[in-house]
Amino acid sequence: MTGPLVRVVRSGVGRRRVQTAVIAIATMMAVAAAVVAGSLMVVANAPFDHAFAAQKGAHLTAGFDPAEVTDAQLAATGRLDGVTASAGPYPTALLQVTDSAGRKPPAMTFVGRTGPHATVDDLDLTAGRWAKRPGEVVLSSSYQGPAFTVGDTLTASGTTLSVVGFATSAGRSADAWVTPAQLRALGSKDAPVTRQMLYRFEEAGSTGDIAADRKKLTAAVPTGALLGTRSYLDTKRAADSGAAPTIPFLIAFGVLGLVMSVIIVGSVISGAVGTGLRRIGILKAIGFTPREVVRAYVAQALVPAGAGIALGVVLGNLLALPLLDETEQAYGTAALSVAWWVDLVVPAGALLVVGVAAFVPALRAGRLPTVEAIAVGRAPRTGRGRWAHRAAGRLPLPRAVTYGLAAPFAHPVRAFAMLLAVAFGTIAATFAVGLTSSLDEVGRIQDPEDRAAVTVFTGGPGVAHGEHVPAPGTQEPRQADPAQVSAAIEAQPGTASYYGEAQQDATVVGITGNVRAGLFTGDSGIGAYAMTAGHWLDGTGQLVVPRQFLETTGTEIGDTVRVTVGKETAALRIVGVAFGSAEDQLEIQVNAADFPATRPQVFLVDVKGGVSPTVYAEKLSARIQPLGAEATATSPSRQHNMVLVLNTMAALLTLMLVSVAGLGVLNSVVLDTRERVHDLGVCKAVGMSPRQTVSLVLASVAGIGVLGGLVGVPAGYALHGFVLPVMGHAAGTDLPPSVLDVYGTPQLLLLGLAGLVIALLGAMLPAGWAAGARATALRTE
Amino acid sequence: MTQVIELKGVAKRYDSAGAPALGPLDLSVAQGEALAVTGPSGSGKSTLLNLVAGLDKPTEGTVTVDGRRIDRLGEHALARFRRERIGMVFQFFNLLDDLTVLDNIQLPAQLNGVPRRTVRDRAAELMEVLGIQQHARAHPGRLSGGERQRVAVARALVNRPALLLADEPTGALDSASGQDVRDLLLDLHRGGQTIVLVTHDPALAQACASRTVHLVDGHVALDSRAEALR
Repeated sequence: MTGPLVRVVRSGVGRRRVQTAVIAIATMMAVAAAVVAGSLMVVANAPFDHAFAAQKGAHLTAGFDPAEVTDAQLAATGRLDGVTASAGPYPTALLQVTDSAGRKPPAMTFVGRTGPHATVDDLDLTAGRWAKRPGEVVLSSSYQGPAFTVGDTLTASGTTLSVVGFATSAGRSADAWVTPAQLRALGSKDAPVTRQMLYRFEEAGSTGDIAADRKKLTAAVPTGALLGTRSYLDTKRAADSGAAPTIPFLIAFGVLGLVMSVIIVGSVISGAVGTGLRRIGILKAIGFTPREVVRAYVAQALVPAGAGIALGVVLGNLLALPLLDETEQAYGTAALSVAWWVDLVVPAGALLVVGVAAFVPALRAGRLPTVEAIAVGRAPRTGRGRWAHRAAGRLPLPRAVTYGLAAPFAHPVRAFAMLLAVAFGTIAATFAVGLTSSLDEVGRIQDPEDRAAVTVFTGGPGVAHGEHVPAPGTQEPRQADPAQVSAAIEAQPGTASYYGEAQQDATVVGITGNVRAGLFTGDSGIGAYAMTAGHWLDGTGQLVVPRQFLETTGTEIGDTVRVTVGKETAALRIVGVAFGSAEDQLEIQVNAADFPATRPQVFLVDVKGGVSPTVYAEKLSARIQPLGAEATATSPSRQHNMVLVLNTMAALLTLMLVSVAGLGVLNSVVLDTRERVHDLGVCKAVGMSPRQTVSLVLASVAGIGVLGGLVGVPAGYALHGFVLPVMGHAAGTDLPPSVLDVYGTPQLLLLGLAGLVIALLGAMLPAGWAAGARATALRTE
Repeated sequence: MTQVIELKGVAKRYDSAGAPALGPLDLSVAQGEALAVTGPSGSGKSTLLNLVAGLDKPTEGTVTVDGRRIDRLGEHALARFRRERIGMVFQFFNLLDDLTVLDNIQLPAQLNGVPRRTVRDRAAELMEVLGIQQHARAHPGRLSGGERQRVAVARALVNRPALLLADEPTGALDSASGQDVRDLLLDLHRGGQTIVLVTHDPALAQACASRTVHLVDGHVALDSRAEALR
């Protein structure tokens, strides 16, 4: 680029500071939104696989009996044919813990490890540090939050442990880690210490591969030494199922963000070049060639846009990191970061959009005859929109307002771009409000156990509350007598109602393998799942199933199926389809009376009004602890964290998209105001007050805001109606009407105003400038 | 005699270090007077007009128009003042091309909150007087220079201002149209309208004005009323 051309670019950039700033800021926000959206779309793609690969997760987690096999023999299994890497043996035990508030979360798998790093299951320490000495424990990141923070204490086997850190294992190898010596000290007769080995295999892509690998392991150790194994495929299925609902959500926001970014950057840049026509005419008049003019104007757009893109990438990364951190927790995976190629592709794409958006009007301007360029640049007298002025003039509104209302019709393309920006902002807001309401409702209904004020644990095996999966080879604690516990609850003052629940493996004719059965005793109505069809259990001989059950078995409501729990079999009629995410296992709900041998593992108690659940739980605990049971005030489960995460993400993404939309409006209004500075000067000269000038400018976007709202609200409503069921299907469930029908009429009307608010906020600044400017334009004559 | 304009010690500097573009000067214009301000380019004619119109503020001195100190008014009050007390006619007409002739003329009255029917009647009356009623629905771009200036005059008079300011009203017109506008201003003056006319054209000043002030380098070099008194 020659010296004069550089000077033209430099002076052009410096002269129009507002325009330059708007280009830079709009581009920055659009690129930041695109980086965030792109990153989330990337991590939404197989999050478990990425985290599992990064941590070199264990294909198989195996539990061994140390009485049957030595550590040396176990270490030797790492050199078996087909084993590519191994870690362990680590001492492990399943322990019942009590937190500092006296609550008892589900039993946790403890593992003794000297550090987080290993050739297999290379853990990510997400907070704090590793446990270096006895009395310290590192918990799985899934426990981080209201329940536990660094510095808290918990008690296991009578030993108080201080939480010094949180770590994530993609393969979910443990719930807690301590030093090996500490682990051995925690072991007892009720919680025997076994050995954990973690393996990676050459062939581990299918269930068959894993079965073959397990066979080799079994053969390599003495008979009875292998207590149990867990395949990563089961963990992956559970993780993918948990992550699946978020993917349509992230993609919806991602697409919104990317489309808006392109629209805003395109309209900002083309608008900026389009308003430079007069200067272009002057440049040509003094000897610049059309090609030089094009280069100068493309460069003039690229300078601030380039700065905006660079800042946008930085901002996008900064904004994406906390969101990815939240996503990590939601997915239960580790170390998610902005994909490197997102940081390359987004700025490259933005530069391309900026280049094209600047090149087209610059080329048009470059080819324009000089005289015409000067004339057009002085005042764009296209004659467009005069009918709108005539029509608006008849409206019974103040003249400044009607004059403003007709203004967008003079620049239909610019007005359309502004309309798109406002509409997309409104779509984002509408979608986010609906999504938040739906997720809140999901959070409310998906864990019926959480509705109970107090949970009483009888200490039995396989308690379903929470997401605990006992490690292979570990033993569950003993169970209190449910009848005695039930009597104690009955006798406890403050009890409103209660029901018992047990979780058992069951078999159903037509389904290979086990399903999980929830067996209810007593008044289970308060713990009823939300139904997507049919009704909840209201008697014996009934069965409530998830949607997947019907698909798998080819049954429908009203059909009878044979269900076996333990040694008891009953023919049950399907009476309803329950809402609930089916993770790795189908879950059915039955009346425990149909399986008399089953004993409740938890009792869920609703307390009377005015009774404090915590105080009630303390008093009840005192009564039932001698029986071996424990009562705790119910705390929200982990699933609620996911709801919280999605809500936070929705709020942040919406804020960004609405800001970008507002910037799009701001830019268009700045362009309009610049172009009409002469007309505004005339208006002021004939007596238009600053307030009337503000009215005029705001009115010029009000129509677009209203229209954007009218377009955006139904589109956002439709997007919500489309995405939510897809999210539900991804999670393997239909959604009940209470989750889908979340918009109220007043809410929709208010959302309809969102477009107007975005437009008015975007126009506020230039309206102020227009009002403050004196009628100096008239002096130029 | 009532003074419509009173400037006392008025000066205007655009560059704080440089000489003032106008003044310091004292000047008054009586009701019904038609003052022509003449002078070479850069003599301060337009600056004087902008100060009187409240489009600009003096660096020193006071500006009183129709009994009101306007140099201390805020933007909002100035806007009200302009639309109620002043009509302006520009060299290049400064009509809004998006609006029809009728809408242009009605605009100041509409901004002033005058009832629609009253505005319409007043605009019709002015268009008839100025002979442009046949162009009511046309857009200014289709009119000749003279016709446009008539529209501008109609717009300036729609609120019955105490003072009509005209900045080179014939500067952009051919001689026939210029003559038209001259006659129009003369008629207005004869009807009692106070006028301040800035012009390069001695013939226009002589034809329309009852008094002439000649500015040179921002100062009054000649005031015909003072000369007559002498």
